[in-house]
Order: sequence, then C-alpha cells, then structure tokens
Amino acid sequence: MSPESISPILQQGRHGSNAGQPLTRRDGVLKVTGRATYAADNHPRGMLYAVTAVSTIARGRVTSLDVAAAKAHPGVVEVITPANRPPLSHNPAEKMPPFGFRVEVLQDDTVRYVNQPIALVVAETLEAATEGAALLNPRYETAPARTGRDNGDRYAPPAIGVGSPPRTAYGDIEAGMASATRVTTAEYSTPAQYHNAMEPHAVVAEWDGDRVTLDMPNQALALSAGAYAKYFGIPPENVLIRSPFLGGGFGSKAILNGPQILGILAARMLQRPVKLALTRAQMYGPVGHRGATWQTLRIGTEDDGRITALHHHSLSATSSFDDFIEPAANSSLPLYASPALLAEHEGLRLDTGTPGPMRAPGEASGSAALEVAIDEAAQACGMDPLAFRLANYAETEPGTNKPFSSKALRECYDQGASRFGWSTRPLEPRQMRDENGLLVGWGMGTAVFHCPHFPAEARATLRADGTALVETGGADMGQGAWTALAQIAAEALGLDPDQVELHSGISNLPDGGIAGGSGHTASAGLALHNAGEDAIAQLSELATSDEASPLYGAGNVGVVARHGRLHRRDDETRSESYADILARARRREIVGTAKANRSPDVAEGHALLSHGAVFAEVKVDPDLGQMRVSRLVGAFAAGRVINPRLVQSQYFGGMIWGISFALQEEAITDRRTGRIMNADLAEYHVPVNADVPSLEAILVPEQDDIVNVLGVKGVGEIGVTGTVGAIANAVWHATGVRVRRFPIKIEDLL
Amino acid sequence: MSLSISTIINGEPRSIAIDDPRVSLLDLLRERLDLTGTKKGCDRGQCGACTVLVDGRRVNACLTLAVSVDGAEVTTIEGLARGDLLHPVQAAFIEHDGFQCGYCTPGQIMSAIGLIQENHAGSDPERIRELMSGNICRCGAYQGITEAVLEAREAMSEKNRSDAA
Repeated sequence: MSPESISPILQQGRHGSNAGQPLTRRDGVLKVTGRATYAADNHPRGMLYAVTAVSTIARGRVTSLDVAAAKAHPGVVEVITPANRPPLSHNPAEKMPPFGFRVEVLQDDTVRYVNQPIALVVAETLEAATEGAALLNPRYETAPARTGRDNGDRYAPPAIGVGSPPRTAYGDIEAGMASATRVTTAEYSTPAQYHNAMEPHAVVAEWDGDRVTLDMPNQALALSAGAYAKYFGIPPENVLIRSPFLGGGFGSKAILNGPQILGILAARMLQRPVKLALTRAQMYGPVGHRGATWQTLRIGTEDDGRITALHHHSLSATSSFDDFIEPAANSSLPLYASPALLAEHEGLRLDTGTPGPMRAPGEASGSAALEVAIDEAAQACGMDPLAFRLANYAETEPGTNKPFSSKALRECYDQGASRFGWSTRPLEPRQMRDENGLLVGWGMGTAVFHCPHFPAEARATLRADGTALVETGGADMGQGAWTALAQIAAEALGLDPDQVELHSGISNLPDGGIAGGSGHTASAGLALHNAGEDAIAQLSELATSDEASPLYGAGNVGVVARHGRLHRRDDETRSESYADILARARRREIVGTAKANRSPDVAEGHALLSHGAVFAEVKVDPDLGQMRVSRLVGAFAAGRVINPRLVQSQYFGGMIWGISFALQEEAITDRRTGRIMNADLAEYHVPVNADVPSLEAILVPEQDDIVNVLGVKGVGEIGVTGTVGAIANAVWHATGVRVRRFPIKIEDLL
Repeated sequence: MSLSISTIINGEPRSIAIDDPRVSLLDLLRERLDLTGTKKGCDRGQCGACTVLVDGRRVNACLTLAVSVDGAEVTTIEGLARGDLLHPVQAAFIEHDGFQCGYCTPGQIMSAIGLIQENHAGSDPERIRELMSGNICRCGAYQGITEAVLEAREAMSEKNRSDAA
C-alpha cells in the first residue's frame, strides 16, 4: 500500500504527525532475515532440554511410570514426576487472579484431560529427552470421559468470560415475544477450537540464585512476572521475562500454563538453564482453547421486521476443574435495537483442558450464532438481510440506552454493500450460478467488538541529540505494536518515527499492560502518548523560562512540538530545536513518565464499541457440496487509524479466522476415550493460502473524541465477528440449506 | 556413535560431527549450528515453517535427517541477504506486509524462492496460492504473501534479463 493510495481522511494527521501513515513494520528486516529472536531460539551455555510426557487418557489417574527406563537412556539427566517434583509456593489448584487458571504441574497422579503433563524428562539433548519421555510407558486407571453435551455435567456458572455476570436482562423478554407477530427459534453449535499459534509455547529458563530470566512468548509481561514470582516464592522484580517477539498468541500466551512452570521448576531443581518447547500435539490441552458452545436464539419480530425481543442462551463447555465460560450470548446485547433482551449462560463440565480466551472470546462464537439467527429472522419476514439490520439499527446501546462514543456502522453497511454489489442480490436462495454451473450465494453479517482499556505505564526520554527513547513493556504478537506504538510516541513527541527508538517486550520496563481484547494499541499507546507529552511539557518549561531562548516568555500562549523543534503557538517562525534547548540547559536528557487508564466516566456514560459489516460470496458445487469463499468484503469503523497498512492486515487476519471458523476449524474428540483425534496441523484444518480468496477491507473513517485522547479503538478481533455469519448465510443463499452447526461441512449440504 | 558429514551451508563448506543419528536437519540447524532463523512449527512436515533449500529444492527440514544432507548444499533464511541488501523476496514480503508475527516467514520466503526458481507458478495468483499452500500462516497474511511472490518474481526475472544483457 503506497501512501498515495491511502485516502487523505484516513491519514488523520495531527499537526504534522506521522501517525496515520502506512509505514512498513519496524521489525520487518529482522523477521525476513531470520534474525528476530523467538523464545526457543535462545541457547544459554550449559542448557538442558525438557520434554513433557503427557496423558493419553482424559480422566483417571496414573498408576505407574517406568522412570528407571527413562533414566537409563543415555543423556537423560532427570525425570520429574509427582514423587519428586520440588515444591511450589503457590497452590496450583488455586486460581491466580485476575486471569490465572488452575494448572497441572505434577501435583498429584490425577488425570483431568488428554495431553496433561504427567512427567517431565530433562536431558542433555532434545533427542534424548524425547526418547526418555517415550520410555515412561505410563499405566492408568481410567474413568469414563465426559466428552459432550449428552454426558457432560451442566451447572450454573457464577461468572462468565473474565468475571462477567452469567445473565443480563433488559425489559420483559416474554412480553416482547408475546407482542411479536412471529418468533424464530433455532439452535446453533460451535466446536472446540485451538489457537494453534505457529510458534509452540516455549520457555528458556535460567536461574541465578533467587533470580530467574525467562525467554518466553508472553502477552502480559507484568502480570505474568508477578504470577511466576508467586509460584516460585520470589519477589516480582526477580523475574525477568524477555519476549521481544511472539510467534502468534491469539490469547493463548497471556495466561500461565503448567508446562512452562514445570520447565522453570526443572531449571531451578537442576541449577542449569532449561529449554522446554511444546510439541504441536501437546498444545491441544494445557494451553487453553475456545470451548464448544450450544446456543439457542429466539427472535421476536413485528411485520415490519422490527425486533420485539431477543433471547440468547449459551451452554458453554469448560473443564471439570476450572471455569472459563465462553460469554457467547452477550454478543446479542450491544448490537440490535430491541425493547427486551436476555442473554444467559450455562456451563458444561467436560474432561478437557480448561478453555480460555481465544481471539474474540465469546464474540466469535456468539456472533456466528447471532448473525445466522438474524438472517433467519429476516428470511422469515421476507426482508433483505441488510434492510432487516437497518430496520433494527441501534441509535443508542440497546438495554442501557447509553450513547455510543462513536458508531459509523451505517457507513460500514453502505460502503461494504456498495463495494460488494449487494443491491442486486436476489432475495430467494439458489438463484445464482457462475459460468461453471456452481451455485453462488451472498451473505452478510454485522461485526462488533468492545473497546477495553488496560492500565499501562510508559517512559519517554528526550536525548541530547534531539532523538527519543520510549519504553513500555508491551507485546507484539504480530499486530504491529512495535510500529504503531512508535508512531503514537513520535506524534506526542513531535518527532519523526525514525527518530524514536522503542524498547518493549521485556518485563523490567514500565508496565505496558495486556496485549489482548484488542486494547493494546489504545492502552500502551495512551501511556506512551502521555509520557511523550510529559517530556515535551518539561522541555517547554526549560525553553520558555530561558531568556536566551527564542521561546522565552511563551509559557502563556504555549508551544507546539513538531519535527524536533518547539514553536511558539502564536508565531511559528519563532522556534528552537530540542537539541539546542537541552544543550543550553546542560541537560543530557529529559525523562517523561506517565500512567494511563480510562476515566471511569467514559465507560459509565458511553457504549464503547467498534463496528463493521462483512459481505461474503461463496460458491458451492451442486453435486459434490464443495464450498469455497470466493469473495469477502469487510468495512470496519474502529476510531482513528494509526497505521492503515497494519490495520488492513489485522482485518484480513480476522476475516481469515472467520473463514476458518465457518468452514474449517474443529477439534474432534473420540467419544470413547476423550482423545482429540486431529491434534495436528494436517487434520485440524486452518486456512492455507489457497483457501483464501481476494479480500477487501475498507477502513471506514470514524472520529471518536470520547473513547480516549488518541481516538483509537481496536482492530485485532473484530474481523472474526460478522464474517462467520456472513459466510454461513452465503452458503444458505447458494444452496437453500440452513446449516446451524459449525464448521459447515460438505455432508451438511448433500 | 559419531557420524561426520560434509555440507555447504549458506555457501560455507562445513564438516560437522553428529553424535546422534536421530538429529533432524531442523534440529541440527537450530540447536547445534545456531542457525535459528529456520523455525519449528509442527516437527512433522505439516506447516512448512522449517522449509529450507537443499540443492535448490524446497524441503521440510524437520522431515530430513541431518546425516542425509552429507554432500549437499543447504540454504537457509540466513543465507539470502547480502549484507544489508535484501533478497527481492525478502524486500517484497516487507513491502506487501506478507507477515504479522513473523514465525512462519522464513519458511514462506524459502518456499517462495523455490517456487520462483522452479518457475512453476508463472504470474497466476491462483497457482501461487496453490503452490504456497504448504506453508501455514495462522495470522492470515496470505494476501500479502501472494502479492509479494508476484512482485518478487517480476523483480527477479527483470534482474535476470538485465544480467543476461
């Protein structure tokens, strides 16, 4: 994308700022030359390799392990089992607030899910450790596995997602249904899905007395350092996490897991550095997943298509021993206007690893069901799906009536539909064929995602040469954080981005918050912005109080920072460079610091959401049922765009996850054993290049003066929402077959 | 047991003693030769992150025993750039944002170079998508990857033409 191809309005520059420019990634050269260092690339001197042995049953206990055979293998140094596992300072059966789950770290012989660690083998080489783990030959006492809705245990969860209430109601749902002229009811199911970041979870741990250095991919540095400190009984400042690059995270690298803790423990036990990297198969268990859901939607409508009541119930699967309830039904709360809304959740205990947040947790599964249900309601009313959605457009947040901080959804509908050519869509299904006789269908879905804000801190140092160093302990798992955050800092400092050095991805920097919930750019960005402004304010104070400065006395009218110089606001010809100001003051540097959080009034008084509209075309072989997405157009409004090149990539990534959710991804459990039968990248299908058609993402301009001073919302997850429903609805439009179970399969259409 | 192999890695002749016949080419590169640019995503030939060129052909280093490259020439991601001068495929990946997290990127780039050199794809994006489908990108940077391969192919054939002239 060249700068010329970006429309001026999208650049949204502020007094000479570079924010809004489609810069290429700062870490681009490192990533294309193989010099970007991921956790498992580290190799401290004297390092040992640890390999976990994992359970092959879903429920029961380990009755024996052939530790002697493993130990006898050449190169094996130690075998850690519940019998000799050194103590931990935090009870792993207790959750670690705010986001920590119960973990399995060889505390006992109980098996709660397949791929649970049951021993750790440490050896001089990876080959020896792998062989040692294979020699353990575990024996089990096996109990019947709870694998699905028919044999899992239902319960009423006290909370869903991360501490949200399980039930939210506005208005009288049954009165709303009674006043409807028709009610459409259907059940939708979504499968267990696994993050499958390309980089397997890994840690290289090296102890020095009671200090430990951890090379590991991590989405939440400060939080994790504190949690590891509790597990190992050391002060948080003694834990140094280095995570300069993450090979994808998608939520799975924000929360502590058992295997990584065991790797760190082994390093302390053996007093040598230890590397532990999970195999791909071992990622299907202890590192989280998107739990399966069974969702029922009831939508009451009047003759004109207006919704009178919307009831969304989700039965969400979790593990037998901990709770992460996919908050799927809450997807129905913020989007369509309805006098009565009810979102409620039930839990289902299965013998799996505990689920966790996975890109758009709740929103992805909930949107998939909601957007198909809306399509079905539109069909029942004989209305075009876009016209139906516009008839139910919410001008304020449904239920709460809060104003939106900004909402350009109508523009998203308009621009997406226009680009896609939606207006020529026939209402009835099975009306279109391509030149090869394939059935063609068009479907749409609305995208929506909330805008969380995490507390974050940053430091901005203006240096004697007029350049700056900015620091915050953030995480770049591929979003482009290093680039976007530098752009934000440069804007605040009145510098070009290439004059700004960014340090991040290490836990001894100011807390950059969590890279999750699509909130990292806004959260860490705001901290950097504030730190930059603090530095500029100090610099201004120096200049305007110095008689020798051309800015002397400008304190009242103020100064503007631009291109490395401070200018008088009322007379921009009077200016002085940062370097000159610092030199005359004999200052080596000026350090600005900031903490940033969202003012409670902002969230209390407003609905803070990003929006979008996704339009999909699918082609279906009428004889074979083979489906392909042939076109996908998304139009998204998410506040101010810091870097359109990176934002487009985020939208594309989300939309491809939508393709995956709709047509490909599913962990399949053997109902007899509870084992996942496709725990690898050949059988657990994720899109490859040939699965992805030409994509378009329209960056709809949206100015938001409320959400934060940057005007930034978030873009990392919204692309998944809307897309799944759009594709499913397009499959219906092509074939006339309404499939309510994801992923949609060939056999569903035959 | 010690096995000795002779191989050329990124243009440099190497004589390597391997103490364990189980070592894969991927683990040889990563754990013993400090060439960590080549990545391990699945260790069973399903994701393509470990793609390297052996005698100019694309192979999954995880499915290749180290001892089997005796006498062969191996090119990894570290062997592409000449100092600060990036290979055209590397430059095109940056320009077209053909990656996000970067973990699959070395494998994508090696695959792209292999398929351009083999001239299987021509300038047909559909063929490129098909032939790049052995390399999984979970971030979903496929559009940029396809554009990058197209542009790099053009740049490389222009360079070949001007070199020949």
